[in-house]
Amino acid sequence: MTSVDSTLAQDHFTLFGLPRSFAVDGEVLERMYREIQAQVHPDKHAHLSDTQRRLAMQWATRANEAHQVLKNPLQRAHYLLGLLGFDPQVERNTAMPMDFLIEQMDWREAVEKAKGVSDGEELENLYRNLRQDMKGQYEALGLAIDDSHDYVRAADLVRQLMFQEKLLTEIEDALEAIEA
Amino acid sequence: MALLQIAEPGQSAAPHEHRLAVGIDLGTTNSLVATVRSGMAAVLGDELGRPLLPSVVRYHPEGGVTVGFDALSQQAVDPRNTIVSVKRFMGRGLKDIAHVESMPYAFVEGEGMVKLRTHQGVKSPVEVSAEILQALRERAENALGGQLTGVVITVPAYFDDAQRQATKDAARLAGLNVLRLLNEPTAAAIAYGLDNGAEGIYAVYDLGGGTFDISILKLSQGVFQVLSTGGDSALGGDDFDQRVFCWIIEQAKLTPLSPQDARLLLTKAREAKETLTFHGEAPITVKLGSGEYVDLTLTTAIFAEITKTLVQKTLAPTRKALRDAGLTPEEIKGVVMVGGSTRLPQIQKAVGDYFSQEPLNNLDPDKVVALGAAIQANLLAGNRAAGDDWLLLDVIPLSLGIETMGGIVEKIIPRNSTIPVARAQEFTTFKDGQTAMSLQVVQGERELVSDCRSLARFELRGIPPMVAGAARIRVTFQVDADGLLSVSAREQTTGHEAHIEVKPSYGLNDDEIAAMLKDGFNHAADDAFRRALREAQVEAQRLIEATQSALKDDANLLSILERGHVDMCVAKLQSVMMGDDRRAIDNAMDALSKGTAEFAARRMNQSVQRVLAGRNVEQMDL
Repeated sequence: MTSVDSTLAQDHFTLFGLPRSFAVDGEVLERMYREIQAQVHPDKHAHLSDTQRRLAMQWATRANEAHQVLKNPLQRAHYLLGLLGFDPQVERNTAMPMDFLIEQMDWREAVEKAKGVSDGEELENLYRNLRQDMKGQYEALGLAIDDSHDYVRAADLVRQLMFQEKLLTEIEDALEAIEA
Repeated sequence: MALLQIAEPGQSAAPHEHRLAVGIDLGTTNSLVATVRSGMAAVLGDELGRPLLPSVVRYHPEGGVTVGFDALSQQAVDPRNTIVSVKRFMGRGLKDIAHVESMPYAFVEGEGMVKLRTHQGVKSPVEVSAEILQALRERAENALGGQLTGVVITVPAYFDDAQRQATKDAARLAGLNVLRLLNEPTAAAIAYGLDNGAEGIYAVYDLGGGTFDISILKLSQGVFQVLSTGGDSALGGDDFDQRVFCWIIEQAKLTPLSPQDARLLLTKAREAKETLTFHGEAPITVKLGSGEYVDLTLTTAIFAEITKTLVQKTLAPTRKALRDAGLTPEEIKGVVMVGGSTRLPQIQKAVGDYFSQEPLNNLDPDKVVALGAAIQANLLAGNRAAGDDWLLLDVIPLSLGIETMGGIVEKIIPRNSTIPVARAQEFTTFKDGQTAMSLQVVQGERELVSDCRSLARFELRGIPPMVAGAARIRVTFQVDADGLLSVSAREQTTGHEAHIEVKPSYGLNDDEIAAMLKDGFNHAADDAFRRALREAQVEAQRLIEATQSALKDDANLLSILERGHVDMCVAKLQSVMMGDDRRAIDNAMDALSKGTAEFAARRMNQSVQRVLAGRNVEQMDL
């Protein structure tokens, strides 16, 4: 008999029966998530004892966490690199290539400028361009992990993408502020 | 919902084992109770067959309390002691409440939550709400002929932790076993979705008496997945009344009003608003206690003009919810309208224009939430019939964060995370030998603590003394399926469980609930002791049934020794459960619950493994 704790603690990919890769079949992920929730969700155990309700909450929390990480490409890559022993250490390691940094500073300047004059159209433009740029970054990330197994490069890309995702959120917030 | 109830092995559907469960829509203006009978959800009416119970509570000077229509008819006579729209005060401080100046109540600033001074002393909104719930409980128990096993109570999706906790406390005070707090738009989606076999992405636009919610849901193969939710927990039909009220005062150039006159005018304002749903204009004629006369005509055009900003205020959260779900209005298959205020023609038009489609009005906007709650209650109580295996995945409406240096919020759990959800965060000490620290938990989307709603200051005590920065305290924030937060902490280097006061300041603890019960809350000659004993016995019976059913299915998961222990716990509980020693029953239940913990964990494991095994078979087929 497998130990209970180890099943609850198994990694996100194993929990959903998925291979450890950056590429994930979204349809399978969603189906497995729903099937597992159908078994473990607190609503299915609401009429049972405190112990069982607590257990259901733990399991459902676990399934939600795994689903959340796996459906988001950046979180998925970050998590997968950690499993492979190449944690990008986003908190500590802030070293980035110079050209990337300069590019980011330009982006940021443009966003600040558009924000300052509430130029929604310019912000929409920047938003589209940034997303286009990031699309290429994500493609490179997939190749680095699944094809060339260059995890050091992949960790670099994860750190850069975190930077970019943050900027993207800032543009979204600015657009929202203009609309309101 | 299945019309025929066919029992599956191990799932009883025999009529005598049907557990009495109801759904309660605890509304700002009106409340309802509904149940599932013979596979059909239905609202339970009062002795006159009226489905709605006005959410009005009157405290009489000579003692005694009336709830509902009788209290409503007295509101202009005794406004100070007749509480309407109490839901607006749940989990709220005085400064959070709009239009305080025009309300006839004697407010008392309470700890974390405003209170009201009445003939019968100071009452918290929790106690007032409990009176409404108690009236609904009595209605349901009379109609169904027995004690309720459990209830599902609906709350606005946009209710924060304080408002949810207050609702749950009110239910406990009314002697109800809460199976789940269910979000109102989600309840409506269940009722609508199951009734119409709906598949696809739907929006639920829910404008009630005092709250506004917008939820975006994906309905697919029996799964109701909330993608995002938004709203305003202080925006509803009451605000439209308030606008009309202000308009009357302005037009009639009235002097400051007595509480009686204010209440009278508000009632007239509401009647005028309701008239406009079917007519082009509404006359407002009234003689006030002050001797002043009002004789005005409110037209649709004026009403639309003075309430335009309120309608606009519902569209901003709607846009935000769609953006959070990553969707555009064109991708929404249908818009389900919920709440009495959606009858207003200009709301219908604004929603229709925004989504470029006719809103769905083929269900009663007053009843649909209660019906959905009843269906959910029936399922949660364990009255599951074949075909009832749908699943609900809901979200947390507001981000949870903690205060960091300089009053900045660090988000711990982002809004629209599927619940239950947990996040852990590590903290350290900044002084040598520090044994305690406090954490400020806030809810909201803003960056500054002062702009968010403060939920609680958690005190962590019992940290082992170490040099500054050496302790590593892991704090876990858990939001359960009711959307309620709990916090636990552990010092990592020593494994020492730090004591944490998890009770937010606005919640009631067991002692307070007990004191309120003793304080004569149960004025209806309800024997609280017998009731609690009966509840424990029902609970014990349920636990035994569940254990036996599990043993029948999965006895192979236990060794002979383990099985012997479980059997012994069951026998012990059976021997004490019919007696009147409440403590002995609780102890035996506790022992059985602990004795089956490992068994339960293995069963859960097994069910997940079976899902994975199905996946493996499928992979081999490829």
